[in-house]
Amino acid sequence: MSHEADALGLPPGILAHHFSSLARQNEAMRLGMWLFLATEVLLFAGLFTGYSVYRFQFPEAFAECSRHLELTLGTVNTLVLITSSLTVALAIHYARTDRRRAAAICLVITLLFALSFLGIKAVEYAAHFHERSLPGKYYAYEAVKIPGAAMFFSVYFLMTGLHGLHVIAGMSVLSWILRRTLQGRYSSRYYTGLELGGLYWHLVDLIWIFLYPLLYLI
Amino acid sequence: MRLSEADSHALAGASAVPTYLHDGTTVMSWLNTRDHKRVGVMFLVSVILFFFLGGIFALLLRFKLLQPGPFFVDALGYNRLFTLHGIVMIFLFLIPSIPSAFGNFVLPLMLGARDVAFPRLNLASFYLYLAGAILAIWAMVQGGADTGWTFYTPYSSTTATQVFPVLLGVFILGFSSILTGLNFIVTVHTLRAPGLNWMRLPLFVWSIYATSVIQVLATPVLGITVLVVAVERVGGFGLFDPARGGDPVLFQHMFWFYSHPAVYIMVLPGMGVISETVSAFSRKNPFGYKAIAMSSLGIAFVGFFTWGHHMFVAGQSTFNAGAFGILSMFVGVFTAIKVFNWVGTMYRGAISFRTPFAYICGFLYFIVFGGMTGVALATTSLDIHWHDTYFVVAHFHFIMVGASVMAFLAALHYWFPKMFGKTYPEGWGLVAASLIILGFNATFIPQFLLGNFGMPRRYYQYPEHFQALNVASTAGATLLGFGFLIILIYLAIALKWGSRSETNPWRSKGFEWLTASPPPTHNFDETPTITQMPHDYRTHEPGGVIRVA
Repeated sequence: MSHEADALGLPPGILAHHFSSLARQNEAMRLGMWLFLATEVLLFAGLFTGYSVYRFQFPEAFAECSRHLELTLGTVNTLVLITSSLTVALAIHYARTDRRRAAAICLVITLLFALSFLGIKAVEYAAHFHERSLPGKYYAYEAVKIPGAAMFFSVYFLMTGLHGLHVIAGMSVLSWILRRTLQGRYSSRYYTGLELGGLYWHLVDLIWIFLYPLLYLI
Repeated sequence: MRLSEADSHALAGASAVPTYLHDGTTVMSWLNTRDHKRVGVMFLVSVILFFFLGGIFALLLRFKLLQPGPFFVDALGYNRLFTLHGIVMIFLFLIPSIPSAFGNFVLPLMLGARDVAFPRLNLASFYLYLAGAILAIWAMVQGGADTGWTFYTPYSSTTATQVFPVLLGVFILGFSSILTGLNFIVTVHTLRAPGLNWMRLPLFVWSIYATSVIQVLATPVLGITVLVVAVERVGGFGLFDPARGGDPVLFQHMFWFYSHPAVYIMVLPGMGVISETVSAFSRKNPFGYKAIAMSSLGIAFVGFFTWGHHMFVAGQSTFNAGAFGILSMFVGVFTAIKVFNWVGTMYRGAISFRTPFAYICGFLYFIVFGGMTGVALATTSLDIHWHDTYFVVAHFHFIMVGASVMAFLAALHYWFPKMFGKTYPEGWGLVAASLIILGFNATFIPQFLLGNFGMPRRYYQYPEHFQALNVASTAGATLLGFGFLIILIYLAIALKWGSRSETNPWRSKGFEWLTASPPPTHNFDETPTITQMPHDYRTHEPGGVIRVA
């Protein structure tokens, strides 16, 4: 039967007993991950809705506050995240061509990019705390005093904060698949776990690609 | 020839293999199980527990309402009671009830699968449910929330009661619901037995599939909404606070974007149960199979575009209100298609009037009247009169308690022999069913009248001339409570001392009956090959055959 044939030569524990073949299991895992990504998109959709509502309600305040964000840091962070998406894609490429060492190195680089993203974000957050451009009732920023400015920073902190949590979650996923890569679990015969971790990281990147123009550019 | 004992035993590998109930009997073998059937049973026990807890809150509420003035509890205590009743019944009972308990148990059996696609995730979903429940109960012990289950802002972000842990609990429960839905969708896509194509899927599977789509796509929006309210309470972000330029109606939009489709999370699985049982107890193949299957998807789809009907009086534009009203009525169309086909299934069938069939009749009655009052409420001009009155309360209880709980009880009785291999007492079953249907009408028909006379919902006191109807409603609720208690007692007795049931006591041709009752841990010794539609009583072949490898 195909179940036994598929399990042959794979590290133990990869093919679960209730799947008839590895191909079927991969299909299930991919579908599961895409559905999970859909839930993530809808989670952020709530905040994007909030952003749109208040942007139309307070257009001047949003435009003015946006100009007071650190555009350079935001741009650098965007580049950092996009590059990290490239390195995670390379990791998958190397794993499926049986170059385990290169795959592991790419994952480590991705993790370093993720860490620097968080570092740069922390610098920005520190500046916000310093100049008191804070959300809601804590807002006391001297530079912008139009009504709605506090709302901009509420939305800003909610969106970047939730995204930051996802970066941390993504880093745990990446560390997990790095461990699995070093254990020799992924090869040209089986690399779905790594692929799914990569998918999740791309989503974290993709959300930022929407946040960056909404918060920093327009 | 019917699907005989011998066939089923052949499929299950006869008595040599222990059933899933006997495959490890330690507590740890349950708590650490990956078996979808055990996870289903753990969910079943939990939801029944919470159903009774929520029921006690309801009875306490009704007890207070015997008197128009202050009585039994103070106003704050009353607010806490209806909040707890709503939260427990919706998040801890109705949403997980049929999908997580029966769905988990029978869905893989119906597909001829050995388990759900992600067994570990399935167990995780149960523990998330427990964690959310514990948080919510902890909040109750701390004094509970007084916002109603809807958490409307800015009240929910400013009241002094324990809203924060409840919100966190709801967020975690949402996660549990998402994971169950995701698991079921993937299972239906990837683990169907050979020969089981989409147009042969049991109708219960179709309805659970449609439910899962809602769970996966709507629940995250509730997650972010309650999270923002939680942040608002702690950090004063002001997104929904008019004092800080926020918009409380935005909260209502986001909340109902989940919570209206959530009504279909609560009722679609019940419709699936009715589709299965109406065939089994009429001994007839489902009439209008495709129409029933597709109307499930139709309800799931259109359910996403009806949320605005909760905000007819919240300053919504006339155009929006009209559009949401018309879209809401489509749900009535899809539901009517189902009702028509269920009745068509009964027509000229060989009906055996067992307990599940009594609940089918109850279900049909409640869904038709609950549904018709729903269509009336979707009409803006009528809604302005009925909005936030007991009319609305009676309407949604007709659907959520009337229909969904009838279906839950039909499922409980229909699958009781499947799950535990025991027989429940038929006589007591019918007595309890009559009590419940009678008690339910006595509880909620007075509430329709009260609402129409203008009694607002959630009020602590009411004018004296409403007392007679309120007393009638409380009397009905007591009757209802007795009915449920009788079921609990006879099922507990049947579980312990009941006689051993046959493998397929209903002679049902649903695919889940192809294996032994209770099934062995691995469900089927050999994966069955499906050769015909479910519930095909016209032919004499069993629903599936073993292909000898």
